Amino acid sequence: MGANLEINNFSLILSTGLLLVAIFIAYKEKLGLSNDIFIAGVRAVIQLFIIGYVLKYVIEIDDFFLTLVMVLFIVFNAGFNAHKRSEGISNSLLISLAAIGIGTAITLSIMIVSGAIEWIPSQIVPITGMIASNAMVAIGLTYRALNSKFTDQRQQVLEKLALGANEKQASMSIIRESVKTGMSPSIDSTKTVGLVSLPGMMSGLIFAGVDPTEAIRYQIVVMFMLVAVTSIASFIASYLAYREYYNNRKQLII
Amino acid sequence: MRDTIIEVNNVSFNAGGEKILSGVDFSIAKGERVTITGPSGGGKSTLLKIIASMLTPTKGSVKYEGESIAEIDPIDYRKKVSYFFQNATLFDQTVRDNLAFPYDIRNEEFNEAKSVKMLERVKLNASYLKKPVKDLSGGEKQRVALVRNLLYKPEVLLLDEVTSSLDAENKGIIYTILDELNTEDHMTILAVTHDEREISQADRIIHIIDGKVAEQ
Repeated sequence: MGANLEINNFSLILSTGLLLVAIFIAYKEKLGLSNDIFIAGVRAVIQLFIIGYVLKYVIEIDDFFLTLVMVLFIVFNAGFNAHKRSEGISNSLLISLAAIGIGTAITLSIMIVSGAIEWIPSQIVPITGMIASNAMVAIGLTYRALNSKFTDQRQQVLEKLALGANEKQASMSIIRESVKTGMSPSIDSTKTVGLVSLPGMMSGLIFAGVDPTEAIRYQIVVMFMLVAVTSIASFIASYLAYREYYNNRKQLII
Repeated sequence: MRDTIIEVNNVSFNAGGEKILSGVDFSIAKGERVTITGPSGGGKSTLLKIIASMLTPTKGSVKYEGESIAEIDPIDYRKKVSYFFQNATLFDQTVRDNLAFPYDIRNEEFNEAKSVKMLERVKLNASYLKKPVKDLSGGEKQRVALVRNLLYKPEVLLLDEVTSSLDAENKGIIYTILDELNTEDHMTILAVTHDEREISQADRIIHIIDGKVAEQ
């Protein structure tokens, strides 16, 4: 571990200069984003300072239940944010929590059982964060695909219902396309990994002085884990959410 | 006197605070061919969709063979009372995909011989099965869609201005099969239309004006 991994307060304050560059561009080009950038910067500093101290505490205590609480907290926040992106799908909070919760549980279990990670807060919390945030993005895309496809293919769904199809049979092509939409970013990034960007997990380890040939092992596991969780979450969200487009008389309600 | 198959009882329908239908009453006998006419925007299509269980009436009820359709599983019901759209859309890739759909939803094997036979009744031959739907003309699409509705012979066929955008030749083909279905197979047909020929073939005409039955 050779390099100095400390950023002193003076360096931190100087780094706000980077933010000032963005604010200057926004101001000069009259983008109307200066306030947003300022608020985003302040929020980032506060949120990260808080989570930094919380993590320090959680890692020092190293308690099974406290780690579990952190996992649940992350899953809930991810579910709540996915729900806000659902554009009016009813029961989307429950659907999002189920999709992210089950996706996270399955993925974490496989990783722990396989020995890739251990149930210690310094590993579980960051990994859960990665899993849940990717699931959240995947579900957001799935919801958007469901909404746009039910609108675009409304006539087709009506015809299928008129022919005597049940809700699932009438929605099948839409469900498939929506799961695919949710999964595609993680598959795409898996294809280009290492060629375009060095992903966060691996970068962090290399930064901390870990041998790159070791760091990539973690990255491989992480990529597979993200493909797994986005597919599980998109699958569950699509199969739970399509029902919300019908009433109890099996009529399309959009 | 033939048995009643469809009974519309005091049906009203409101949408967005607007009255579309109010107190519509009539019944249709088994094997009867009835035409619904009236000015556009008068609620004819809405009425047909309510009879198809694609919409639920705000008030009143629809009975099928004496039983309220609110008590019947809509999926089973729609297989017996089949709604056919004005500009039917075909889905997936080929004509075969579309004709396989009614078999798929019943978990049955695609019956090619029967499908070809039905295609021939609307003057399309077996080579059409493999055709991509995007290569069909408007009239051919409508005829394939009609076959899709008829593969499992429904008891009642609900037609919503199904020939309104077709040329004379396509209209003729569709009318011929409708005549046969009604006279030979005794299928009950309820059609919303403005077409003279369709009206002249009807046993009875129902006028819907401003959401009400005007005269019978």
